Amino acid sequence: MLDNFNNLVSQFWPQTMDGLIKGSIYALVALGYTMVYGVLRLINFAHSEIFMIGTMGSLVVLTTLGISSPVSGVALIGLLMLMAVVGMLASGGTAVLLEQIAYRPLRKRGSSRLAALISAIGASLFLAEFFALVVIPWLFDRPGQGRNIIGVKRFMQREELFTIGNLTVTNDQVLVLGAAVMMMILLDLLVNRTKIGRGIRATAQDPQTAVLMGVNIDRVVRTTFLIGGAMAGVAGTLWLLKYENTRFNIGFLLGIKAFTAAVLGGIGNVRGALVGGFVLGLVENYGASFFGSAWLDVVAFIILVLVLMFRPTGILGESLQVARA
Amino acid sequence: MIKNRVSGVFDTIHDTWAGLPGWQRWIVYAALFVLALALPSLPISSFMSPHVSWGDVLFFPIGVYILLALGLNIVVGKAGLLDLGFVAFFAIGAYHIAYIGTQTEWNFWAILPIAVLMAAVSGIILGAPTLRLRGDYLAIVTLGFGEIVRITAVNTEAIGGTNGIAGIPHPPSVEGVVFFGHEIFKYGLLDSRPYYYLLVLLCAIVIILTVRWDHSRVGRAWAAIREDEDAAEVMGVPTYKFKLLAFATGAAIGGATGVFWAGKVISIVPQDFPFMLSATILAAVVLGGSGNIPGVMLGAFLVAWLPERFRGFAEYRILVFGAVLVLMMALRPEGLIPSRQRKAELKAGTGGMGSLGAEVGGPDSVEAAEVAK
Repeated sequence: MLDNFNNLVSQFWPQTMDGLIKGSIYALVALGYTMVYGVLRLINFAHSEIFMIGTMGSLVVLTTLGISSPVSGVALIGLLMLMAVVGMLASGGTAVLLEQIAYRPLRKRGSSRLAALISAIGASLFLAEFFALVVIPWLFDRPGQGRNIIGVKRFMQREELFTIGNLTVTNDQVLVLGAAVMMMILLDLLVNRTKIGRGIRATAQDPQTAVLMGVNIDRVVRTTFLIGGAMAGVAGTLWLLKYENTRFNIGFLLGIKAFTAAVLGGIGNVRGALVGGFVLGLVENYGASFFGSAWLDVVAFIILVLVLMFRPTGILGESLQVARA
Repeated sequence: MIKNRVSGVFDTIHDTWAGLPGWQRWIVYAALFVLALALPSLPISSFMSPHVSWGDVLFFPIGVYILLALGLNIVVGKAGLLDLGFVAFFAIGAYHIAYIGTQTEWNFWAILPIAVLMAAVSGIILGAPTLRLRGDYLAIVTLGFGEIVRITAVNTEAIGGTNGIAGIPHPPSVEGVVFFGHEIFKYGLLDSRPYYYLLVLLCAIVIILTVRWDHSRVGRAWAAIREDEDAAEVMGVPTYKFKLLAFATGAAIGGATGVFWAGKVISIVPQDFPFMLSATILAAVVLGGSGNIPGVMLGAFLVAWLPERFRGFAEYRILVFGAVLVLMMALRPEGLIPSRQRKAELKAGTGGMGSLGAEVGGPDSVEAAEVAK
C-alpha cells in the first residue's frame, strides 16, 4: 500500500501532464456524444467509429504526401492543418451520412429510443468492420491486414521546452493541449453566440416549440452531427500526433471513455465535456499509478458507475437543455 | 404489403394457438421438446453443418446462444432494460465452475447452484446502484461492467490471468444408459450430445419459468415498467424491486449457461467473453422479436447458425450483422416474430423507452407525446 502511494507521489507531475493530454482528446470526442445527446437524447454509439475515421483521414494525408521523417516550421503547421481538415471532413461527412441513413428514418417515424440505440450499435459494428475489411486494406495498400495496428512514423520532432522537477514538458504536449482547448473555446462561442448555436440550444430545450419558432430541426440535427464529427476528426489528428498509431477498433475503448467524460462533465454541456475529459484523464492516470497500469480502464469504468450513481447530471449539470425541467 | 401479409400469417397462427385447449398445447410442447432432443440424430447434419460436427454446433454456438438470448430476453424484452454487458454473467458462471471445480474435489452438480447463485448476486450488485438510471445510461454502465469483469479476469493471477483456467470438471457420467445407440449421460470429450441434452432441459425450464411469470404479477409489473416506469411507480408497482428481479433472473440464466458451457469445453480464457458476444446476443433478441420467446429463439438460432453454415462468409459476419441491425430498426423494428404487445407499443411511437428528443413527426407521434405527458 505504501509502495503504491510512493509510486503515485513520485509519478504525480508526469501523470498529471499525461492525464491532461489524454483528457483533452477525450474532451474533443466527448463533444460529439454530448451534443447529439443534448439534441436527440440518443447515445450515438457509432461516434467511436467517427473518431476512428478521423484518425484514418489524417493518416491518409501522411501517406499521400509520403512523409517519413519529421518536418518542422511552416511545413509542420501546414501539414497539421491539412491533416486536421481532412480528418474533420472524413469524420464530419461520415457523421452526417450516418444520421441520414441510420437515425433519420427512425426519427421520422417516431421510433423508440431503444430502436435508435440498437441502430447505433449496428452502425458502429458495420463501420469498424467495413474499415477492417475494405477501407484500410485499400487506402493503405495492406491486403488482408486490415485488423493490424497501423504504426505512424514520427512527423513532428519532439523537443523539450522546459523542466519542472521531474516533469518535462515537450512541444507536442503543448500543441495537443493548446489545440484541444482552442477548439473547445471556438465551439463554445459557436453554441452560445451564433444563430446556429441558438437553433441547437432551442432544439435541445424543446423541439416542438423550436419548430413553431421557425427552427429547421432537420438542419439543426445535421449540423449537430457535422460539428460533433468534425471535433472527433480533430481529435483523430491529435491522437496520431501523440500516440502515433491507429487501428480499426481504436474507437471502442476511447469512445466509452469519452462518453464517460461527457457524463462526468454533465451530458449536453459543452464546457462540461472539457472539464469531464480533464477530470477523467487525471483520475484515470492517478488510479493507474496507484493500482498499477493494468487497472487503468477499470478505474475509468468505476468512475462512470460512481458518477451515474451519485451525480447523474455531472459536474456542471446539463446545460444545453437547461430550460427543460 | 408483403410485410402485412407476413404479419397476418403470424397473427392467424397466434389466434389459432391461443384458441387451443390447454392439453393440446401441452402435447405440442412435448412434441417440440422431443424434436429438440432428436435434433442431433436427425439425418440433416450434412445440410445443417457440412464443416463441423452437427452435434457440436448444436451445443455451441446454437444452444448456448439460444439460452443466453432467453436470459437476456427477460431483461431487455420483458422489463425493457437495455443490458450491453450480458456476457459478464456468462463469464461469472463459467469462472465459478472453473475455479471451484479445479480447486476442490466438488461434484459438478454441487457447484452449479453456487455458480448460478453468484451470477444472480453479481446481477444484483450491478443492478442495485445502476437500476435507478435512465435507460440509455444503464446501457453504457452495463457495457462498462462487462469490460470490468473481463479486464479483472485478465489481471487476476489467482484465476489464471490471460491463460484462464484449464481442467474444468465434466458433469459426472452415468454409463450404460443407451438410447438409440448413444450414451446419453456419458459426459466425455467426444460426444457433445449429452451436453446438448442438458441445454435443452435448461431451455425448457427457462421457457416454462418465463411463460408462467408472464401471466403473473411479475410479468404484469415488468410490462408496466417497460411501458411507462413513472406511471407504474405511481400505480404502486415497486419498480426498483422488479427491475432488480429481472436483472438477477437474467444473470442467473446467463450464469447457468456459463456453467454448462465451461463444463464441456474444459478450459476457458478471458478472451472467450468479449463485448461482441454481448452485442451478438442482444442482436439475436432484437432480430427475433424482443419479448417473444419463439422469436428470440429463432433470432438466436439464425445468429448462431448462419456464420457456422456459411463459413466462407465468416469474415463478413460482423459487417453483415451491423448492416442488418440498422436495416431491421428502419424497416421492422419489432423483429422477425414480434410479440404483439411490443408491436403495439412500437406503433404508438414510444416503445416503452421514450421517443427521440428532436422528433417532430406526423400527427401520430405528437399524439403519443401528448399521451406521454
